[in-house]
Amino acid sequence: MSGVRYLGPEEIARTIRRLGHEIIESNRGTDGLVLVGLLSRGYPLARRLAAAIREFEGVEVPVGALDIGLYRDDVAQRGTPPPVRPSDIPVSIDGKTVVLVDDVLFTGRSARAALDALLDFGRPARVRLCVLVDRGHRELPIRPDFVGKNIPTALVQRVRVRLSETDGEDAVYVYGGEEGDA
Amino acid sequence: MLDTPARETGTGSGTTWTRKDLLDTDTLSREEIDLVLQTARGMKEVRSRPVAKVSTLRGVTVATLFYEQSTRTRASFEVAAKSLGADVVNLTASGSSVEKGESLIDTVRTLEAIGTDVIVMRHFRSGAPYLAARHTGASIINGGDGTHAHPTQALLDLFTMVSHLGSVEGRRVVIVGDILHSRVARSNAWTLLRLGADVTLCGPATLLPRWFVPEVPGGGRCTVTTDFDRAIEGADVVMALRMQKERQQRGLIPSLREYIAGYQVNARRLERAAPGALLMHPGPMNEGVELSPDVAHGAQSRIEEQVANGVAVRMALLYLIAARSRA
Repeated sequence: MSGVRYLGPEEIARTIRRLGHEIIESNRGTDGLVLVGLLSRGYPLARRLAAAIREFEGVEVPVGALDIGLYRDDVAQRGTPPPVRPSDIPVSIDGKTVVLVDDVLFTGRSARAALDALLDFGRPARVRLCVLVDRGHRELPIRPDFVGKNIPTALVQRVRVRLSETDGEDAVYVYGGEEGDA
Repeated sequence: MLDTPARETGTGSGTTWTRKDLLDTDTLSREEIDLVLQTARGMKEVRSRPVAKVSTLRGVTVATLFYEQSTRTRASFEVAAKSLGADVVNLTASGSSVEKGESLIDTVRTLEAIGTDVIVMRHFRSGAPYLAARHTGASIINGGDGTHAHPTQALLDLFTMVSHLGSVEGRRVVIVGDILHSRVARSNAWTLLRLGADVTLCGPATLLPRWFVPEVPGGGRCTVTTDFDRAIEGADVVMALRMQKERQQRGLIPSLREYIAGYQVNARRLERAAPGALLMHPGPMNEGVELSPDVAHGAQSRIEEQVANGVAVRMALLYLIAARSRA
């Protein structure tokens, strides 16, 4: 099963810069902004967004890491317990604007779990959702606020984001089914 | 700290948990042990939150079934289960049908029939949890059986060591005291040897195993000695065991005073261990016997930390076992 590469390193870098601009535009600056990346690949994306924002605005936006293993709703379906890792939310999120960052938005169940996990750490003023790839097929009423790239997919296909921090390269692949029409 | 999540996902999530029961550490693979430790790190973070509770095991019922007294193990399991949102039923031998002569097998079957998913069991007979596990579909976690095994204690001890030393590979751990009757020593030896630590089991000759030395192919080396002053030299971890006073009555040690002279961990002896060596004890302590009070509460003591880590490690085990059994 061969994968089709949709994004490479340059495109991912450009997309992150654009998302960084969109986030600070929508937030009207960096005040009260906290980026929280889902483990494992949302977290390096959140750090890259923070680096981009530092470049534009000269401001260090706090970055947290959120693990959703204990909040998933598919434990019984998976048959094996999802991995559990420590979350690390370095600042209070009370009254802040938290941008949840993940690599792929699919059914919306991870985002749902992330909301539950995040709210165990405090009461943000608002929560936004930023994803590198939106592949469609939502099963819950969840929509992203900031999208890097929409990749229409068939349900049977798999979307894989690879990042240098976790996988040694920057790329987005789509595997299986008929080739998607991006 | 911020670097760890990304790094860990690269390799750590390959192993999955498939065991129904946790009866001892002797059959756990290196990967399974690593999975428990990694999961426990996540649980420790949950425990550090202002509201230290999640609802992952909502709808799961955990029973503690203790045929032998215990403070920390039973309380630790109860807190762990409740921190994960499970319901907990506590049974002790006194005050239950066990007093009327109900057999172990009937008791665990009754617990299963009322919807118990996980039974944490302590029994004065070695092997009792194995018998129970064969006769129930519920998961059995061994909370200590006779002189045989105490796997959750060994895993929390390991977690405490790894959190200070990074890894136990190539480290030397001295366990001192009544090795012969110690389920803690046995279960610790298996995990430590499996992860490549060298283990020295030390005590008076009458309290040392004569025919059994744990061996793990490709793991660390286990040695048995009566010479504590030599064993502690350069040790990275010193673990003292509780000296049961009844051992003296049974003639296994000549006198408590002689035991203290040869085997008490005190400041003078601890100085000969590696700089910053960890001092551990599974509790409950006899201060002034196996440990002098100054070291028991000194800078190198990790004893209270062991108790706190126990909750995180037991959460990890309950999670891995209960999440698996729901599938």
